[in-house]
Amino acid sequence: MNWLTNYVRPRLRALVERRRVEVPENLWHPCPACERMIFHRDLDANRRVCPHCDHHFRVGADFRFRELFGETWEVLELPRVAVDPLRFRDLKRYTDRLRDAQSRCGTHDAVAAAAGELAGLPVVVAVMDFAFMGGSMGRAVGEAIVTAAREAVRRRAAFVVFTASGGARMQEGMFSLVQMARTTAAVQEVKEAGLPYVVVLTDPTTGGVTASFAMLGDVHIAEPGALIGFAGRRVIEQTIRERLPDGFQTAEYLREHGMVDMVVHRFELPATLARVLDLLMRPRAAAAAEPTAGDEGPAALPPPAPEQDLEALDEAADD
Amino acid sequence: MLDFEKPIVELEGKVRELRQLMENNAELDLADEIERLEQRAARLLAQTYARLTPWQKTQVARHPDRPHTGDYVAALIEDFTPLAGDRLYGEDPAMIGGLGRFRGRSVVVLGQEKGRETEDRVRHNFGMARPEGYRKAQRLMRLAERFGLPVLTFVDTPGAHPGVGAEERGQAEAIARTIETCLDLRVPVVATVVGEGGSGGAIAIATADRVLMLEHAVYSVISPEGCAAILWRDAEKAPEAAGALRLTAQDLHGFGLVDEIVEEPLGGAHRAPQTTIARVGDAIARHLEELTEIPGEELRAARRRRFLAMGTAS
Ligand SMILES: [Zn+2]
Repeated sequence: MNWLTNYVRPRLRALVERRRVEVPENLWHPCPACERMIFHRDLDANRRVCPHCDHHFRVGADFRFRELFGETWEVLELPRVAVDPLRFRDLKRYTDRLRDAQSRCGTHDAVAAAAGELAGLPVVVAVMDFAFMGGSMGRAVGEAIVTAAREAVRRRAAFVVFTASGGARMQEGMFSLVQMARTTAAVQEVKEAGLPYVVVLTDPTTGGVTASFAMLGDVHIAEPGALIGFAGRRVIEQTIRERLPDGFQTAEYLREHGMVDMVVHRFELPATLARVLDLLMRPRAAAAAEPTAGDEGPAALPPPAPEQDLEALDEAADD
Repeated sequence: MLDFEKPIVELEGKVRELRQLMENNAELDLADEIERLEQRAARLLAQTYARLTPWQKTQVARHPDRPHTGDYVAALIEDFTPLAGDRLYGEDPAMIGGLGRFRGRSVVVLGQEKGRETEDRVRHNFGMARPEGYRKAQRLMRLAERFGLPVLTFVDTPGAHPGVGAEERGQAEAIARTIETCLDLRVPVVATVVGEGGSGGAIAIATADRVLMLEHAVYSVISPEGCAAILWRDAEKAPEAAGALRLTAQDLHGFGLVDEIVEEPLGGAHRAPQTTIARVGDAIARHLEELTEIPGEELRAARRRRFLAMGTAS
């Protein structure tokens, strides 16, 4: 396998910095929720959460990698797929729309993936970028999820996906639709390898992505206020011809209806993910690390070192 | 009647009128004229159907007289025993299914039913299943696996139902889990797109070992109208969108996304439903014959490999 390009933070910083200088009006950001202006440094310092109303701004892959992995991570090289299988053209050529998105976002398509360590545990993270053609799922997105999932299996790593998508990449027609089956098969491989698959649903996650790998996690975490659903609001309104209930299709609403396990503030997300993965991947070490007072049972058995646990997991998965 | 069928239907109407005239006037001999008109109608029909545009095919695929899932079940499945409910919330008449015998072999059969008369269509919700329909499909698939029965699915839906209740009860999860169940089964799964294969609601029950498609059926990630409204910002551009989406059986077979095209009788399935149903039955039987030879674990592994590799070439 031919991925692995080391990525270092300074290079990344330089990129972000340059973009800021080029676009001075980006120094101040209006909050989409409370409409107050926020100075970019304050927004960054607050992990791109509105300091006034707690609105969670949409963020890109690099932000997520830095949040989870700290200083270092490996960006996974994702295979290039042949573009525009249908030679699709609406008011614009699909290839032109793609090129626009590529130059605007500086990425090849809507998913980036990286491998790193979270709380000492191996983790592969795939992040969808809504800024790239609405995070729509075509062949490149499907291929990225398949590649990242397989990399998780190869490394015996947990697989974490941050979803953000408006749905299918219409311009790829049925090639887009079959990605629902492809990505589902990919996460099945992760699960069968005995590895955790955790989905973090971010704003917005809808359509074919929700109706495939986004709803198949062992654990579903959602960011506050995120729009999550299958059908679009307008389509539903046209069908039922009535007003939608308050908070419809928000993260909180989905939690209330049993579709997500927890709604977690961005500040708490790395720690929450670390705890969930630790509980799932180090079952014995975790129980022994903090013995409850008066509980003599676990103390009688010396806890295995975390490394040994991981090896045991390796062996079990190799069988 | 579809717009582009009008000239054909008019010719056929004339033939009927002439026949009537001849019956009423014994001395009148119009046999030559009738034959000439009949030939012209047949030629026009053949020409029209040989060159259907993707948009015309979409209309044929949605033709109300086209055989529906229920018609296939009635004609192909003996001892059909409908089963109802998802055991969680309710029964969804948009997704019909049950046990039965297909050419001597017990099977589980399921698919979306659009309904025919107005009342019937409303009851079946125009073939748009809710989460209960997809969860019922999962339940029936698991039942099939428990008894080693093949699963036959018939796909005919504009899409999964968009509604408040459907969202609240996890439409997305229900579809995702149905795809996962399809990929998990250790029994043969043969899917046939008989009319409209609408988006996620269709692939949920079409993640199969073999996917067959009727000659004039369509299968698409989004309806041409929906696509036109979004990308052209004008739903009237649906004919263009239908062409751009490459949603015909011929295109999809060419892309390797569909395994076999089942030929329709001249003039479309709605002109000869029973012939169509018999052909579909023969095609399913042929594929089932091959698949039942394969051990369950192998079937499952091959199905997963197939979808992981699907559409990656070229
Ligand atoms: Zn705010």
